Parts: sequence; structure tokens; C-alpha cells
Amino acid sequence: MNNDSPYKRTVHMDTVIIRTLACLAAGIALLILFGIIGYIFFQGLPAINWAFLSTEPSFLDQTYGIAPMIINTVYITVLALLIILPIGIGGAIYLSEYSKQGKILSLIRFTIEILSGIPSIVYGLFGALFFVLFFNMGYSILAGAFTLALIVLPIVVRTTEESLKSVDPTYREAALSMGVNKLYTIRTILLPCAMPGIIAAIILSVGRMVGESAALLCTSGTAYQLPGDIATHYKNSGATLAVQIYQCFTERPPGMTDATPFAIAAILMLVVLLLNFLTYIVGKGIKRG
Amino acid sequence: MTIIETKNLNLHYGDNHALINVSLSFMKNEITALIGPSGCGKSTFLRVLNRMNDIIKDVRIDGEVIFDGVNIYAPDIDPMRIRKNIGMVFQKPNPFPMSIYDNVAYAPRYHKVKKRAVLDEIVEKSLRKAALWEEVKDRLKKSALSLSGGQQQRLCIARAVALEPEILLLDEATSALDPISTFKIEDLIQDLKKTYTVIMVTHNMQQAARVSNKTAFFLLGDMLEFGDTEKIFGNPVNPKTQEYVSGRFG
Repeated sequence: MNNDSPYKRTVHMDTVIIRTLACLAAGIALLILFGIIGYIFFQGLPAINWAFLSTEPSFLDQTYGIAPMIINTVYITVLALLIILPIGIGGAIYLSEYSKQGKILSLIRFTIEILSGIPSIVYGLFGALFFVLFFNMGYSILAGAFTLALIVLPIVVRTTEESLKSVDPTYREAALSMGVNKLYTIRTILLPCAMPGIIAAIILSVGRMVGESAALLCTSGTAYQLPGDIATHYKNSGATLAVQIYQCFTERPPGMTDATPFAIAAILMLVVLLLNFLTYIVGKGIKRG
Repeated sequence: MTIIETKNLNLHYGDNHALINVSLSFMKNEITALIGPSGCGKSTFLRVLNRMNDIIKDVRIDGEVIFDGVNIYAPDIDPMRIRKNIGMVFQKPNPFPMSIYDNVAYAPRYHKVKKRAVLDEIVEKSLRKAALWEEVKDRLKKSALSLSGGQQQRLCIARAVALEPEILLLDEATSALDPISTFKIEDLIQDLKKTYTVIMVTHNMQQAARVSNKTAFFLLGDMLEFGDTEKIFGNPVNPKTQEYVSGRFG
């Protein structure tokens, strides 16, 4: 080829440098991420066995297990969902279907935005004053569940509202033109269509709740003996998995080893990974449906 | 016999005077076409007739719409009851994401038809009226979204007639369909007029000429001319109508 051709490829040094730096930055980010996950699994997985999963910490035998924390986590999460789903989905239905554009609506939206930005320890403080003391629930699973419900309220409302709004607007028109009232339309068309979004909201909320510690320290407390039936246990104190990790550094429950917090962290991360995977599956379902 | 009529109807969207003093009356068991260029107010007018504009913000309506001897905009009128008697089919086929059967049974179930046998009968009758029964009778439980566009639109017609309305409003109901589906629906409309009164908005002047008995021509919110379809297309009085139907603007 002629060396003087105007179409000859030239190398721009600045492009090369920028590209190299960008790759490097991405590489470092990935390395840190996988480093953390790898380190936690490396430290934690060997400590996980059946006894670890199925027993409680015992002062007598000086053995350790996380069964109480697993059960507490399930109790708190399920209770919080029972509290928040009717309120959150109801609120989303109001915002998407009943509210009129205006000052009040912007105020509600603004408030929800603010709620999602509040640090969880502040929720914990509020929960401690409001649920634990004012409503006299004491340090309890129930107080923790109410506090968690507040924390995930913005997630539930926003995700549900978005999925309601994405329902084909001509469905509403068609239903209206048949002399059918709003409630019937919501029940028979809008909610079924929005279901994948609502499920995504539930999964996201569970992920947030499972990982929460600061707010629960102030509300549901730190007890780690094997809990009883939820019918009586809701008013007792109980540590969740995330809270227990914190306790490993402060009060060292009996029988624990240095690997214990990593093992709990590994389990939490597996749960979160699983939840993210579920969200992804549901998300694909939405696109196809 | 007049079934529905508007008297000095004015409609404002905010500051926009979208319908200006429209007085029109529609005869029972006739097909009336509303034609005019985009933005002339014909769809807005159609939606006045079953109060579909109620949900739109900043709409003000003055004048009267008399249906069955009552002004449907009187304060003591329940728009839901009006809409039950004046069905509507939209531009884009919009069957609900449920089975064919459930689509047709949707409104009857709401209006307290509970018995299975009665529902079955309504579904079959409505699908027959919409000329869809033969095509779907073996797959009533299949999703309505599995139907073709033309079938979906006929399903929407079946869904609207399931309530036995007196009037059927069609808002450009064939504009999203291929020519064959369009002809099927035009045939169907001819059949439907035996039982119902049909008022249709269309962009397609050949369609208006082929299908309708009466035609109303709208321009910029004014109803300029109304009369027998042959007269409007053959020998209109208003020069604007003449220009529009001969394709000189639109």
C-alpha cells in the first residue's frame, strides 16, 4: 500500500492510554469483588457442616451452631413481609391508580425517596423508641420485623408502582369501556399483570432484610438460644444471622472459632446470590410475558 | 328512530376548544361514520358518547348528550351504567392477557352473571356475533394473545357485545389490521347493525363509503356536514367536505 495514502491507519496514543487505564480500573474492581467473595468462602466454607447449621451455641458443651439465627432470620423476614406487603402494595395501587397529580402526590413520592436514603441505624433508633419502648414490644422479633418493614417500604412501593404503571394502558381503557369499576380491574387485570414486578419487590426486600444488622441490634436484640414456635417467640429477643456476625466480634458466643463469622457471612452471601439469581429469572419472565 | 343525540356539545381540553357546538343525532340500527383529518375531534366526539373522556384531566364538557331519553352528563347519572349500554372497540386490539373465554366472560362476570351454563351461552353467542366462534370453539381456554391481530380485534368486539349494549362505538377499529382482516370486520359490522347501532370513527374514506349509512364530516372541532353517506361522498353541500372526500387534503 502507498505510504502516503490518506486512508492509512494511524495509532492515537491518547486512545491507547485511556483504553488501558479503563481496563485496569475494571480489572481492579473485579479483583476486589472476587477477592472478597473468595476470601470469605475460603475462610468460611470449611467451618460449615451439619452440626454448625442445626445446633445452638451451648455454654455447657462449648459448642457452636447457627440454628437459632437461621430460625430468627426466617421469622423476622416473614413477619416483616406480612406487615409490609399489604401496606406497600396498597400504597403502590393508590399512587398508580387513584392519586391525582399534584402537590400531595409529589410530597408522598419525595417522602418515599427520603425514606430509602435514611441510614439503617437511624431506623434502628426509631424502632427502639417507637416499637420497643412506646408500643412496649421490648427487644423482640416483632419490633425487629416492624422496623425492617419500614426499611423495605420504599423498595416495595416503588417496584410495585413501576410494574403497575407498565401494564398496557389500553387494558384500563377497555375495562372502563365495559362499565367495570376500578377495583374489579385492579383485582382481575392489573395485579395479575404486575405480579412479576411484585415478586421482584419481595425478593429484593428479602435480600435487604437478610443482610440488615444495625437496625435489628436496636430492636430485636441479640439472644441466641434456640427459639420456640413463632406464636410465642415473636415477643422474645432473637439475633439474626447478620446480627450474629456482629456479636462474634463483641461478645464471642460460646464455642465459636475465628472462622465462625466468615462461615455465617458465606451463608448470607449464598442466600443473597440465590435471591439475585431469582430476581434475574423473574426479570426474564417479565420481558417474555 | 333516534337512539342517541348531542345538543350544542362543546368540549374544551384546557384552553383548546376541541369540539364546537356539535349537534348530531344517530338512528337506531344504522351505521354512522365519523370522518375528518387527524385532530378534527372525531375520536374525542366518539368518546363523549360513552363518557370515556371522564378520565382525562382538564376536560370540560357543556351541552347535552341524550341517550334513552336522559342526558348522560346529568349529575345523577352513573357513567358505569352508561358504558354498560354503550360498548367500545379501540384502535389497537387489546384483549386481556387471559383465556379467550375469560375475555368474553369478563364483563358479564362483573355484572353478576355467575351460573356456568349462562356464561357459556353468553360466550358462544357473543363469539358467534363477532364471527369468531368457528375459529376458536376448540380452544376457548387458550390465551387470547395467541390469536392473530384480526382475530384479537373480533374478540374485542365479542367482549363488547357480551354485555348486549345498544350502541357499539368503533374507534378506528381496523386501522391496525391487514386488508383481509379489515374486510372481515367490515362484513361483521354490516351484520351487527341488525342488532346494534354502530358509530365508527375511520381514517379510511373508502371504508366509510363502503360500510356506513350516514356520514358526519368533522374539521377543526366543527361538525361541518352530516347526511346520507352517498350524499356526503357524491354530492356534498359544503365545499370543504367536497375537498376532503375527493382527497385534496387530509
